[in-house]
Amino acid sequence: MSTKYALPESTPLNNETVMKLRQDFPILSLEVNGHPLTYLDSGATSQNPVQVLDAERNFYTGANSAVHRGAHTLAVESTDLFEEARRVVAEFVGARENDIVWTANATEALNLVTYSFANASEGLGGEAAQKFALQEGDEIVVTEQEHHANLIPWQQLAKKTGATLRWIPVLEDGTLNYEEAEKVITARTKVLAFTHVSNVLGSITDVDYLVKLGRQAGAFIVLDACQSVPHMPVNFRELDVDFAAFSGHKMLAPTGIGVLYGKSELLKDMPPFLTGGSMITKVTMTEAEFMAPPTRFEAGTQKVSQVVALAEAVRYLGHLGMENVHAWEAELGKRLAQGVSEISGVRLLGPAVGMERAGVAAVHVDGVHPHDVGQILDTEGIAVRVGHHCAQPLHRAMGINASTRASGYIYNTTDDVDRFLQSLATVRPYFGIND
Amino acid sequence: MSGLESLYQEIILDHSKQRTGEGFVDPGTHASADNHQYNPTCGDEINLRVELSDDRQTIEKVSWEGDGCSISMASASVLSDMAPGMSLGEFQEMVDKFREMLRSRGQIQPDEEYFGDAAAFAGVSKFVARVKCAMLSWVAAEEATKEATVAK
Repeated sequence: MSTKYALPESTPLNNETVMKLRQDFPILSLEVNGHPLTYLDSGATSQNPVQVLDAERNFYTGANSAVHRGAHTLAVESTDLFEEARRVVAEFVGARENDIVWTANATEALNLVTYSFANASEGLGGEAAQKFALQEGDEIVVTEQEHHANLIPWQQLAKKTGATLRWIPVLEDGTLNYEEAEKVITARTKVLAFTHVSNVLGSITDVDYLVKLGRQAGAFIVLDACQSVPHMPVNFRELDVDFAAFSGHKMLAPTGIGVLYGKSELLKDMPPFLTGGSMITKVTMTEAEFMAPPTRFEAGTQKVSQVVALAEAVRYLGHLGMENVHAWEAELGKRLAQGVSEISGVRLLGPAVGMERAGVAAVHVDGVHPHDVGQILDTEGIAVRVGHHCAQPLHRAMGINASTRASGYIYNTTDDVDRFLQSLATVRPYFGIND
Repeated sequence: MSGLESLYQEIILDHSKQRTGEGFVDPGTHASADNHQYNPTCGDEINLRVELSDDRQTIEKVSWEGDGCSISMASASVLSDMAPGMSLGEFQEMVDKFREMLRSRGQIQPDEEYFGDAAAFAGVSKFVARVKCAMLSWVAAEEATKEATVAK
């Protein structure tokens, strides 16, 4: 019983069709501070269409039960929905069913990998897991662009194992210095972890190039796909990454559900991260045998309703067509970048005007702290993110502490972008800064 | 007064540009202590030094270095204006009252005679997300003062 979509399947997105699509998103008709809400903070968290909300509610009113335990009818139905969701999500990202592990969020997904590797380094998982073990002399390579979620777990893994953490630096505009990548990635590189799309800048990483370097080095390749999977067609098997993480709440689903993609041929040799119920076969007072992946990595009661809702979010995006989503957001990004570049005293971070970027623009307003910028925008009902966006090293590399970020999604129009730009242009004058 | 004007009062905007106390001052032989406060949400940061008088009964000087929004910078500046000359007890009382006002969500009307320029921050209390900005330097001063009284 699914709720009807506002748009027919594969409708190209433009201002007119997006206005129709917005009927699926009740929250977007809110008034904030006396103005219609202009929501440009989807990079932090996206809004939910009624289809997703209904799916979660319908689960609770029509099927709710424990999954993978119990043999009664509802338990079977819940389990079916739970596993059907895995097939839906796997297909969406070019994965096999057994490549998909449910986690609480992308942060947990990345921690799952690092903790499993740390466990392997301590001998857990036996001989088969030794390929994941790290030791002194090994190197973990990340980039200076990373969200803290794809940095700190690797820092911790390095500290635990004695491996060295290295990174591909960024250029002054914050984009990756690919020339340096060739020097940083070497035969000592055991892990190469990087973001697909920068959450701050909206720059899109040349995954093929880094994967090529990573493969030459014999490294495991980990992709932070939080800002790509919601916004563009992504196929992990084609990209040939070993692991990837993304989050439901950034792609129309509720909070509390994330996904780890891992090649099942690797997952099968990895020791578990969280342990306990549901992930075991035989248990004695001193020993336990573990299930095959993905169940091995899903200890304890799972977030079933969020999983069901995520599958509905994926269907919603599939209904729109990810090519359409990507094309529209590229338009929004272009307009953001162009508009920002025309405002005096405001610096566009990341890719220059005309260069490829996602539907995102982070800016530095000369002389005004981002917190104050966000405050001015908020009085006009414009929601943006201010701060370091969980990427302190990237901001430091660009010579600033924080920035203001507008991030668009399928439900934003060019009017939203223009309202942001108009309000942004008033910020410096408001604080009495004139050129 | 509209929302934004009650937040960004003239006094606050002025102090955020013409800042009192910015730049560390060498305390010489006076007892002093530094305290660091950081707001990870927005990146506001302050290093603040409190210098006590010879008898350690009064605040002699407040100086600081920091980076942050207009509210946090103005708040540090106002504090540096007001605190010198206060006894330790008077200062702690003002910090407590300032905190109480900021946490009141606009319910407490400040006694302007008592608070002086700091009364301008009453408007901040209606903006819950900004209360930390205004409190940052005051917390640093409170901590630094405690440390300075026991400094060798």
